[in-house]
Amino acid sequence: MALKPVTFTLNGEDKAAFTEDGQNLLDLLRRGVGDLSPKYGCGQGTCGACTVLIDGEPQLSCLVLGEAAQGRRIETAAGLGGAALHPLQDAFMERFAAQCGYCTPGMLMAAKALLDRNPRPGREEVIEAIAGNLCRCTGYEPIIAAILDVAEGRKRA
Amino acid sequence: MAVTVESHATLGEAARALGSGATYLGGGTIVMRDLNAGLVQGRVVRSTDPALTQIRPMGDGIEIGAGVTMAAIAAHPDLGFLHPVVRAVGGPQVRNMATIGGNLFAAHPYGDLAGALLALGARVTIAGGMQRPVEDVLRDRARVGLVAAIQVPRPRDARAFGFRKVSRVKPKGVSLMSFAALLPREGGRLRGVRIACVGLGPAPLRSPAAERALEGGTLDAATIARAAQLVTDGLDPPTDALASAWYRREVAGVHLRRLLEGML
Repeated sequence: MALKPVTFTLNGEDKAAFTEDGQNLLDLLRRGVGDLSPKYGCGQGTCGACTVLIDGEPQLSCLVLGEAAQGRRIETAAGLGGAALHPLQDAFMERFAAQCGYCTPGMLMAAKALLDRNPRPGREEVIEAIAGNLCRCTGYEPIIAAILDVAEGRKRA
Repeated sequence: MAVTVESHATLGEAARALGSGATYLGGGTIVMRDLNAGLVQGRVVRSTDPALTQIRPMGDGIEIGAGVTMAAIAAHPDLGFLHPVVRAVGGPQVRNMATIGGNLFAAHPYGDLAGALLALGARVTIAGGMQRPVEDVLRDRARVGLVAAIQVPRPRDARAFGFRKVSRVKPKGVSLMSFAALLPREGGRLRGVRIACVGLGPAPLRSPAAERALEGGTLDAATIARAAQLVTDGLDPPTDALASAWYRREVAGVHLRRLLEGML
């Protein structure tokens, strides 16, 4: 089986890895470069747990070929917090927006993509932005409330 | 995993490499699912040709590269008539990935944009230059070749084109069915009506019976009622996990009527 070299930035750091033919980006991130924050849910593009930002856009890493990451800027939930948590992470904690936590990294990245593009979204825009992310625990309301806390300035870094 | 992936810089090279046995990988939302499930084996061909992502005016329409995403269509000011269609597809992640070319090959129950293109009378350019009406492509999707671009005629006015998607889950739900209607008017009469249905057959289809009921008439309550009553005549809606064939037949007319009433 052919291994192909691929280089990209992950949360601002240069990464170089080998990808197998047909390997998806989610697997390359998790097994190839050790970022376990994006989650494997369905492998079918239905659940959104594997959401990462590619050049700033939310995409499903399970449906992206690993080699297609060549030269791209990848952001995952592992890169959100620095010395302190990202305001979204803080808001998710305070609102109990994570229960089992499996959808949380994908939710955070979908929310970050929204706020990067539109720092003051309304409730409908928040709902639309996380429409591609399934959560089977919370019923979504705490997640929506957490994102709105950040959008409406109740939560700041 | 017995898969080999080939990336080609031009669409021409990709078309030659595709041959008969390989699988073309576009935005990933269809083929990667099967690849992850081990259902795609052998050669996978992709292309990084920048022509695939171009949108440019052409005559009385617009040419859209096969690799243009739903999100790119939704962001394009000249494609306003397609905005309600692409916004109804998937969630934000899927719209950032799924392409117009790929939608032509999306199996039931997907293909809302393909239905809209069918109603609009779009033409499909195959790599190498041959052009075919979109209905030919949808009728025989296994033997199309590599799609390079889609030429979409612009509807004469905003009232002439409408789209309606029916799904159980909001805001992101797969289509139970969707309808697209092109209703050009000449001197108050409908001329060149095209009604496309998604979810009422194995691929997006036109409804000849609804089109006959509308063609040459005026768009009024009686004409709309007749078209709605006949819409599934000659169609064979499937039974699946979303709905039975019986249910689809029962409600198709209701949803077509609501679409057409909104275009009065």
